[in-house]
Amino acid sequence: MSAATETALGLTERTGPVAKAIKFVVYAGLFVVFAGPLLALLVSSFNHVSDPTQLSIIPKSPTLDNFRVAFDHGVLRYLANSFFVVGFGLLLQVAVSVLAGYALARKKFRFMTLVMVAILATMMLPEEILALPLTLVLADLPLVHLNLMGTLAGMIVPLGAWAFSILVMTEFMKDVPPELEEAARIDGAGEFRIFAQIILPLCKPALGVIGVFGFTMIWDQYLLPLLVATNSNAYTLPLALRTLRIDPVVTPGVVMAASLLALLPSVVVFLLFQRSFARGLTAGALKG
Amino acid sequence: MSVKEAAPPRAAPRQHGQTAKPRRRSGQWWVPWLFLAPALILFLYFKFIPMAQAVSMSVQEVRPYLGNTWVGTANYSEILSSDSFRSAMGNTIVLAIGQTFGSMVLGFGLALLVEGQTRKLTFIRSAAFLPVVVPLAVVAELWRIMYHPTSDGLLNQLLGLIGLGPSGFINDPDTSLASIAVTGIWRGAPYDMMIFLAGLAGIDRGLYEAATVDGASTRQRILHVTLPGLRPVFAILFVLAAVRGFRSFTEVFLLTNGGPNGSTEVVMTLIYKLGLEQNRLGVGSAGAVLLFVATLVLTVCVQLLRRRRTA
Repeated sequence: MSAATETALGLTERTGPVAKAIKFVVYAGLFVVFAGPLLALLVSSFNHVSDPTQLSIIPKSPTLDNFRVAFDHGVLRYLANSFFVVGFGLLLQVAVSVLAGYALARKKFRFMTLVMVAILATMMLPEEILALPLTLVLADLPLVHLNLMGTLAGMIVPLGAWAFSILVMTEFMKDVPPELEEAARIDGAGEFRIFAQIILPLCKPALGVIGVFGFTMIWDQYLLPLLVATNSNAYTLPLALRTLRIDPVVTPGVVMAASLLALLPSVVVFLLFQRSFARGLTAGALKG
Repeated sequence: MSVKEAAPPRAAPRQHGQTAKPRRRSGQWWVPWLFLAPALILFLYFKFIPMAQAVSMSVQEVRPYLGNTWVGTANYSEILSSDSFRSAMGNTIVLAIGQTFGSMVLGFGLALLVEGQTRKLTFIRSAAFLPVVVPLAVVAELWRIMYHPTSDGLLNQLLGLIGLGPSGFINDPDTSLASIAVTGIWRGAPYDMMIFLAGLAGIDRGLYEAATVDGASTRQRILHVTLPGLRPVFAILFVLAAVRGFRSFTEVFLLTNGGPNGSTEVVMTLIYKLGLEQNRLGVGSAGAVLLFVATLVLTVCVQLLRRRRTA
């Protein structure tokens, strides 16, 4: 084995039948432990599961009834709410981050370090801890005195303040060669044109990272929507799962069907953009 | 965090170039502020004002429509002396430690097993990673069903196969907290695995070769090459996982909501109940501020330890 493919355990070197069998068992075990429960969820959402003990990995009599009942309980509306929040929340977050990243990476100005530190410091501030005062702010936005409680907008606007995305954009924009910008400036391009036509197109990989990461993060939001949604009309799908489960006429199969709909978007986004996701993951861990 | 350490060497040559060259023309002074404006407004409204409000509410008795009254440290002494907060703090720490170490040990083991380039391994890695991208609310509902306390529950059937159980899992005060930790480890370990894999990729392959030539066993290779190479990754993961543990809310809220008998009450579920159900925002805020201070102290301690070791 060449040094380039060497691993810590040196597993790739061993190709004997025993080693192969052990490897197969280990990998199968991993698959069962981590993907198994999700497979059970998938299968159960298509089965007549009327009590919690019937959850199974073997399809029995496939049916769409669970989904039909889930739709009767408004799951489509909750799904639409979720998409609305993730769509506009992500749009806001990305727009805010690229604008701020541009200023922080390509400009020099007074108090720049102060701004940077203030933004980065919020990464150490778990959003859960701010949940209670945040609802008070949303109930009466300072200066403008708007009440966003009970609205989807109340779940969306706080998503704009996300330090991780700003950090990724700033780091990435720093690496764009200054010559490109200077050439455009000499050609008479204005500030916004340089930003939109020179810098931004070169930052597509970073946009992918914050897009994919932001999507899964927003889709996973729970506490803030729970506090903001004062009535079930504004529930997102993750919130609605609990309401469904507590409803005495709803069977676990229906909860699993709704759960499947609640997990599919972020799983699909992850599978489609694995590369960007992995990059965001390591950037998040190494920088955060 | 680590940004602070990375910044000086990065910024230094930049400033050096700045003094050598004439100042780069970058438009009017207000241009950067224009680009920053949306971010600054949103951060002010949704991070800094709430933070200030949390601190100010924690020293007041919050009475909607009646006006708040200053109570000094009364909220803090009340929450610190209450049994429910103390036991919630204890549960939070136990849960954070259990999840942190469980996910790190399992994640490290997984990373060693699935390190490599073959297509089969890529598939296994993606499959193992799925729990991380599944919304926590779904994870909780799924495990709730799997934890069904009778002997026909999914996990109890598995326990039955090895002659154990049936366990009450989340319904039994003795096992409830551990059950929540297991769910957390299931979701956290693949995340740690991914970070470890990134760290493993950064280890010089030649060191393995050299170790093998020197007759080192696999155990010695891991002990003397892999682990030292991963030290910074361990430190980062420790902070991330511990903070994740401190703030855990969703899974506890959905699996047990603090029950049975308060055996799984954590600080965040307690704050939620104080704030939303009992409308005691001042006391709840005091709890939140304490949780924030604990998070901050932990992060700073690990950073200091790291710096001393690398210096």
